[in-house]
Amino acid sequence: MIKLEKLSKVFETPGGGSVIAADQVSMEVPEGEICVLLGPSGCGKTTTLKMINGLIPKTSGSIWVAGRDTDTVDPVELRRSIGYVIQQIGLFPNMTIEDNICVVPDLLGWDRKKARRRAGELLELVNLDPAIFLKRYPKELSGGQQQRVGVIRALAADPPVLLMDEPFGAIDPINRGVIQDEFLKMQKELRKTIAFVSHDIDEAIKMGDRIAIFKDGHLVQYDSPDDLLARPRNDFIASFLGSDRTLKRLSLLKVSDVMLGDQVRVTAQDDVARARDMMQEAGHRNIVMVGPRGRARGFLHLNDIRDVTGRVEEHFQALPTTVNVDDDLRTAVSRMFRHDTTWLACVDDDGFFKGFVTQRAISHALGATYRDAAQPAEAFAEAL
Amino acid sequence: MIQGAVIKQDRLRSKLAFAVGIIFGIGLVAGEQGYVGDIWRLYSEDITYLVVQHVKLVGISSGLAILVGIPAGILLSRDWMQRYSEAILQVFNIGTTVPTLAILALSITLLGIGFTPAVFGLWVATLLPIVRNVYQGLREVPAHLKEAATGMGMRPLHILRAVELPNALYVMFAGIRTAVAINVGTAPLAFLIGGSGLGELIFTGIDLNDMQMLLAGAIPTALLAMLADYLLGRAQYWLIPRGVNPLR
Ligand SMILES: Nc1ncnc2c1ncn2[C@@H]1O[C@H](COP(=O)(O)OP(=O)(O)OP(=O)(O)O)[C@@H](O)[C@H]1O
Ligand SMILES: [Mg+2]
Repeated sequence: MIKLEKLSKVFETPGGGSVIAADQVSMEVPEGEICVLLGPSGCGKTTTLKMINGLIPKTSGSIWVAGRDTDTVDPVELRRSIGYVIQQIGLFPNMTIEDNICVVPDLLGWDRKKARRRAGELLELVNLDPAIFLKRYPKELSGGQQQRVGVIRALAADPPVLLMDEPFGAIDPINRGVIQDEFLKMQKELRKTIAFVSHDIDEAIKMGDRIAIFKDGHLVQYDSPDDLLARPRNDFIASFLGSDRTLKRLSLLKVSDVMLGDQVRVTAQDDVARARDMMQEAGHRNIVMVGPRGRARGFLHLNDIRDVTGRVEEHFQALPTTVNVDDDLRTAVSRMFRHDTTWLACVDDDGFFKGFVTQRAISHALGATYRDAAQPAEAFAEAL
Repeated sequence: MIQGAVIKQDRLRSKLAFAVGIIFGIGLVAGEQGYVGDIWRLYSEDITYLVVQHVKLVGISSGLAILVGIPAGILLSRDWMQRYSEAILQVFNIGTTVPTLAILALSITLLGIGFTPAVFGLWVATLLPIVRNVYQGLREVPAHLKEAATGMGMRPLHILRAVELPNALYVMFAGIRTAVAINVGTAPLAFLIGGSGLGELIFTGIDLNDMQMLLAGAIPTALLAMLADYLLGRAQYWLIPRGVNPLR
């Protein structure tokens, strides 16, 4: 857990003036969550982060890390118990990757062998072959590989708390996506408490359990990504999130969140009349045909089978595409647009039919949070 | 880019020194009966004695310069010294523009004539480039490396030893190499203040207009300079770890 209470930082500038880089910031990052500190350049994200591990001395306020008031802890000991990733990666060029990863374990006096073994395990965790990379020097790694090592170096001594300052900043968008996914996968198991600085809204939405938006040293809004996108507190937040903020929510929701029943289905051997009845009963104009074990195989459109007889297998069409239940709605919507369709069959990893998702269901889900807070008149207008 | 050019220059210098060395070597052997052979027959005793003197001068003065220069450079590079270090280095820079002969002459006024003032003069001339490069090498270590080290819980002395010095080593070594080259090149002047060394043959040769005597001093001086540079070049290649050695 990280807790900040009325934390302030005033920098004295050489000219005799002063800059308030953090102004009475109070917030709490619950155990095991990622909090993204977000905001325009110069708003005080880095300053706030560095006050947590004492790299920048605070002017006033208090900081708790893992239940301890940092004023009562020796700063060197404190830093050894907090993982730290800086934007410039900061691998030491004079040390091998192995020694880089083992910096903090060595400082803590871990058994050398145990520390080296852990370095190898951590490399495997981010898909780097220890046999190849342990003995290399940082300059012999690509930018993306260095960034991965930077992250696992912070994890080496298994600290409960992690501070990350734009850890994936210096990397191309494609690789960044890959590393973000890897990191989220690790975090699912490690459940560290993380303060994560970013200036990229999409990254914040993807990585953050909560997002803290700063402006000129003030913490303006601190909320879950969904609440933030649905209910920006003021114009600054709204414009910072962008005019497409509703669409951004698509990536927060999963297909399974808006998916409808999987009971409406037919098999190849069923009679088309049965398919027709099922559609009419459910009020659908399409029905999915599944294989013998339940894999999605094709579909029937009501208009095509109004006046025909026979079995489903004689009349079905191939599905233009499907979507995985674990995909986000952004993926689903983009498939719908690409294939010019208003619904998609949803499948699991093995291709088994799980239900379907429609454009109406998606727009309903996006509207839901607005309606919670909206005026009744607006709700009525939407219902029309 | 600049570093690349320096490396190229370094390599060129090593190769050149090597080639010249070989040519001289061939000259020495092939000329056993010829001109060089004559010089050797005439002066071999003087040469052996004076080479030892010369190496002593160079070795002691540059050894002391390294011993003092590195800690001095480290001290000047500390953050809390920044207020003074620029001014101090400015004085040092002015110091380097003073001709070495003048430094030697000045050391007579302090220490009289003989071996000690010669060592002192050479020490001063060697010290300046070493201090400057140690300082510069340490200041050039990227701030974010020091920040990462601090942020991970290293203490200042540990950061100096494990992060700053290793990453400054290449620049520091380049300074030592330059300084020793200056030292070896200046050492013959030590004779002028009674410091012995190969300068004795060179300057006496000039005075007596004796070409053979002059060469008996000049050739070994040149060979020593090349040998020193070659050895330091090798050391620079092998002693500096691969991760921070642009040559490897
Ligand atoms: N050492 C310092 N001395 C004086 N002012 C400083 C110092 N460090 C930061 N500031 C000022 O404090 C404010 C906040 O800086 P900070 O580095 O925290 O911004 P940031 O949100 O991390 O921005 P960025 O996204 O550009 O990294 C800025 O106005 C900056 O100029
Ligand atoms: Mg910053």
